[in-house]
Amino acid sequence: MKIELLYWDGCPSYPEALELLQSVLAERGLDTTVELCEVQTDEEAQQLRFPGSPTIRVDGRDIDASGAESRPALTCRIYHLADGRVSPIPSREQLEEALT
Amino acid sequence: MNVALAQTAPPFTLPGVDGSDHSLDDYSDARVLVLVQSCNHCPYVQAWESRLIAIQKDYAERGVRFVAISSNDAASHPEDSFDEMQTRARERSFNFDYLYDEQQSIARALGSERTPEVFVFDSNRKLAYHGAIDDNRDETAVAAHYLRDALDAVLGEAVPAVTDTPAVGCTVKWRT
Repeated sequence: MKIELLYWDGCPSYPEALELLQSVLAERGLDTTVELCEVQTDEEAQQLRFPGSPTIRVDGRDIDASGAESRPALTCRIYHLADGRVSPIPSREQLEEALT
Repeated sequence: MNVALAQTAPPFTLPGVDGSDHSLDDYSDARVLVLVQSCNHCPYVQAWESRLIAIQKDYAERGVRFVAISSNDAASHPEDSFDEMQTRARERSFNFDYLYDEQQSIARALGSERTPEVFVFDSNRKLAYHGAIDDNRDETAVAAHYLRDALDAVLGEAVPAVTDTPAVGCTVKWRT
């Protein structure tokens, strides 16, 4: 399983997202290295189809398909939680589902 | 660098989503003026948005006025255009003015770095508190209510116990 976390340093959310992701991986007993990829320019954002930070892909598939098609940009990404609230990182449930 | 504690609020005249221009002097009747560096697109702003509306509602009768200001470059972030600001204010029923700082002059004068980032000015328009609204973007996990505590202190003619906290959020999108 290949897990990538793409991030932009201008958004403060990726360390929290990485911590949550590693927690879910550990909980599942998955000894998988998360590949970190820093996106630094608008051009890179376009090339990588980066809809905002953080973006997490499992075997190339975005864990949040609905947000994956947003305009590529150096920006903070919006995740919508199950209860309707907005969050700068995905929920544990979203991560667990993506890793199933 | 942010505007310093006890420093005076910078003057401004900016267009609001209501179609009128708004100046610092327009809020002279407010006992406390809270300038909020804000925007549309940022998930941190959106996460705190309902709390901001609730705090304004709770403190309105005590003479507290909130003014949200977006200074973001709409060229790089079209979601923060003036039209989109008008839409968001209407859809979310903002109970405070929402101003567009297209030239980014107020953001520079305040030394804003993040959205959301609050600046609480007392009745003399001296800065009494700067920083975060509270200590957690997840409202179910909030332990410290920085903004409410600061408002209570200033309304009681006291100095807030906490006068400065790091604002957590998106960076202000400066024009290039």
